[in-house]
Amino acid sequence: MEAVSGAIFLMLGLGFGCAVVLSVASKVFYVWEDPRIAQVEYCMAGANCGGCGFAGCTAAAAAIVAGKAPPSACIVGGSECAENIAAVMGMEAGAAEAILSKNTCKGGDRADDKYSYMGINTCAAMAELYGGKRVCSIGCVGYGDCVRSCLFDAVEIGENGFPVVDEVKCVGCGACQKACPKGIIHVKTMSERLLSMNQEDGAHAPCAQTCPAQIDIPKYIKQITEGDYEGAVNTIRERNPLLLACGRVCPHPCEDECRRAIEDDEAVSINQLKRFVADYEMNSGKKFPITCAPDTGKRIAVIGGGPAGLSCAYFLRRLGHSPTIYDMMPKLGGIIRYGIPEYRLPKKDVLEWECQRILDLGIEAKMNTKLGVDFTVQSLRDEGYDAIFMGIGAWKDYELGIDGENLKGCFTGIDFLSRFSVAQQGDSDEKIPIGNNCIVIGGGNTAIDCVRTLVRLGAKKVSIVYRRTRNEMPANEVEIVAAEHEGIDFTFLAAPNKVIDDGNGHIKGLEYLKMELGEPDASGRRRPVPIEGSETVMEADMLITAIGQKPDIFFKEKEELLADLQTTRWDTIDQVDEDTLQSSIPYIFTAGDSATGASLVVEAIGGGRRAARSIHQYLNGEPVTPAPKSLFQRHIPGSLFDSVPGVGKTERTPMPELPVDERIKSFIEADLVISEDDAKHESNRCLYCCRVCYNKDTDAA
Amino acid sequence: MTEPFFELMFAGIFVNNIVLAQFLGQCPFLGTSKKMSTATGMSMAVVFVLILAAVFTWFINNLLVKHDLDYLQIVSFILVIASLVQFVEMFLKKMVPPLYSSLGIFLPLITTNCAVMGACLINAGKEEYLFMDCIINALAYAIGFGLALILFAGVRERIILARVPKPLEDASIGLVTAGIIALTFYTFQGMV
Repeated sequence: MEAVSGAIFLMLGLGFGCAVVLSVASKVFYVWEDPRIAQVEYCMAGANCGGCGFAGCTAAAAAIVAGKAPPSACIVGGSECAENIAAVMGMEAGAAEAILSKNTCKGGDRADDKYSYMGINTCAAMAELYGGKRVCSIGCVGYGDCVRSCLFDAVEIGENGFPVVDEVKCVGCGACQKACPKGIIHVKTMSERLLSMNQEDGAHAPCAQTCPAQIDIPKYIKQITEGDYEGAVNTIRERNPLLLACGRVCPHPCEDECRRAIEDDEAVSINQLKRFVADYEMNSGKKFPITCAPDTGKRIAVIGGGPAGLSCAYFLRRLGHSPTIYDMMPKLGGIIRYGIPEYRLPKKDVLEWECQRILDLGIEAKMNTKLGVDFTVQSLRDEGYDAIFMGIGAWKDYELGIDGENLKGCFTGIDFLSRFSVAQQGDSDEKIPIGNNCIVIGGGNTAIDCVRTLVRLGAKKVSIVYRRTRNEMPANEVEIVAAEHEGIDFTFLAAPNKVIDDGNGHIKGLEYLKMELGEPDASGRRRPVPIEGSETVMEADMLITAIGQKPDIFFKEKEELLADLQTTRWDTIDQVDEDTLQSSIPYIFTAGDSATGASLVVEAIGGGRRAARSIHQYLNGEPVTPAPKSLFQRHIPGSLFDSVPGVGKTERTPMPELPVDERIKSFIEADLVISEDDAKHESNRCLYCCRVCYNKDTDAA
Repeated sequence: MTEPFFELMFAGIFVNNIVLAQFLGQCPFLGTSKKMSTATGMSMAVVFVLILAAVFTWFINNLLVKHDLDYLQIVSFILVIASLVQFVEMFLKKMVPPLYSSLGIFLPLITTNCAVMGACLINAGKEEYLFMDCIINALAYAIGFGLALILFAGVRERIILARVPKPLEDASIGLVTAGIIALTFYTFQGMV
């Protein structure tokens, strides 16, 4: 009895002692913890996945309460969770950027296996032991480490042997990215995707490497074959906001590197496919949604509403910044509105719609305001802009420097085209007198645009005078052919000598020297050499000089501040690095023709995105640097082939166009869009190339 | 001290390894051995807790023996060790935050796990042990636990790369591996 009571007393004593010690300790060692931490944690998904970047849910809750993370930090909980947490914290949830996992490998089983291995069934082991299972050094190994790593069942190995991510289930926790030893599965926010550049170790097809805007071409063609036109439009819009315009006017350098064209087949008609989906969106009456990151409150002045400026403003807006466009012309579009004639790009129906879509993202445009006249860089600084983008284009025509080029009836290319376009679009009453017998000097796209415009305006005879031969003409081949069809007279190997006066100050003709081709010059083209005593006169009552353009940088003289802005001898704005496009004044960035001299629209669009990336870095206080291993203006070594086995001959979809006699009477669009059936056919011609692998035609059979 | 230090340590770490020879503490052994970093943290926490527990249970045990209440060992040890771990957690959180942030998440896992409990009961069962023997023995057991856990984590990190029949994946192959490691430790038998 005594033993039992002793035991009971002892246990009671021990228990009491422990209780007292613990309760005292909990007072003495009390660490004040915000009660909201527990409440916030209660709202969370409780998966402890670490996707938010904190060590578990408690840490994340503590960070939210401490104000170091937004209420939307929990990526698993989604918007409902964010709202509940915001309610606890008594603030607005704010729209968090969704993070999604995307697979970049299009390959899978089609890349040959290096060896047949036994005993290993994880990608990590395979990558560590042999660098991968496939011949391709970058592609998917295909053992599904990503599948096993996903806690949310969102990744599976598709029928082609590479991972497919279910975007509905994906929460963006990043486990698959960590698990993948080859780095082909990326977990990125939209902003990161918009800013990512082609890299040397990436999975890029030759066409996508060549495209100055770095559009993921095989991806959108794949989406077209699947009938996912919205997806295709969104894929293009991640790199190019002007798809309607580009689908019409782009000279598609991508098609030059198409692997299908390497042997005796023709390249996939990539640009027509782009135009097809772009027109599909416009004609469907729908506007596929374009999402923007949450507002950052940073303001950027974009000077120039041309392709570079529009592209830069578009990307900055999608990154959450607030750009304002300043443009000297009455309407947006720059050189593609005023330099490209109506029959190549309809302004009211097409360009207007595209510009409006960009403005609808929440971009303000101030028209009829010119740098150096209506505002200055200093006035923009005073208004509180954090950075300035100069995409002022190249609007100043080069002059011939010969006698009589300022006679009546003489014009210069861009000046003529833009004055005519302004009048045509109803923004001025100017009527430019058109001659009967017209000469256009030059061999570029501007010259071709001038002659085709003159034909449509009723000129009886239109001639092009070019000092080299047809082979050296820098204009797009399709444009030259179209001009030939429209009855343009070409005079090659002719160097203008002087413009002849009719005695009343008006042009009567052009005297030129005949030329012959000599040794190749620095550009690799054979240099034309004049033949002595070969002066010939060509009669004309109108002359347009279209021998190139340069930026008009008169504003530099107007402002002392801009003395530091370095320019080149071609009057383009000099850049610290061609890839980052930052100028010698750190807060000024440039792109497009004002950075490169007159070049392609798609070049300007790509430049606009690169400038937006640099501006984003600058605004975030990071050093402005190009992407590591950036594939700027070069190809991945070894990805351009000499022969492409396994590819048969297929028929390239021809471009539908209006008949010549119909189109030269008006400014109606000459090139037409391909039909849906043709788009299906054409998209199925794509080989879905990656760096080294591609789908052989024999695979499809 | 009644026994030589080296002998006590060697016996505790290798010969009578608490996990691989006495098969105590299997749950943390399997549960926290998937990653080397986790295994290291867990080992440190066990060393810390086991020594503290040995100190406190020595006094409790003396009290029990004095009153002829040896049969209350298990009940009272659970109570004391659990309270102790709770107390230590609170103490560290307030006074030594860096230590808390590195050991903190493991402390609740250890609240009277069988390795800690077992080590204390073994100490209590050895009547010839003095205070220092108990402490050394506890230290040896804790190091033995850490050694086994870290060895095992190293093996498991590799075994994940191996081709294992589906039904044997993960914990099953873990147990098989653990058995083989235990067999190797069997060679220490009889050395002390």
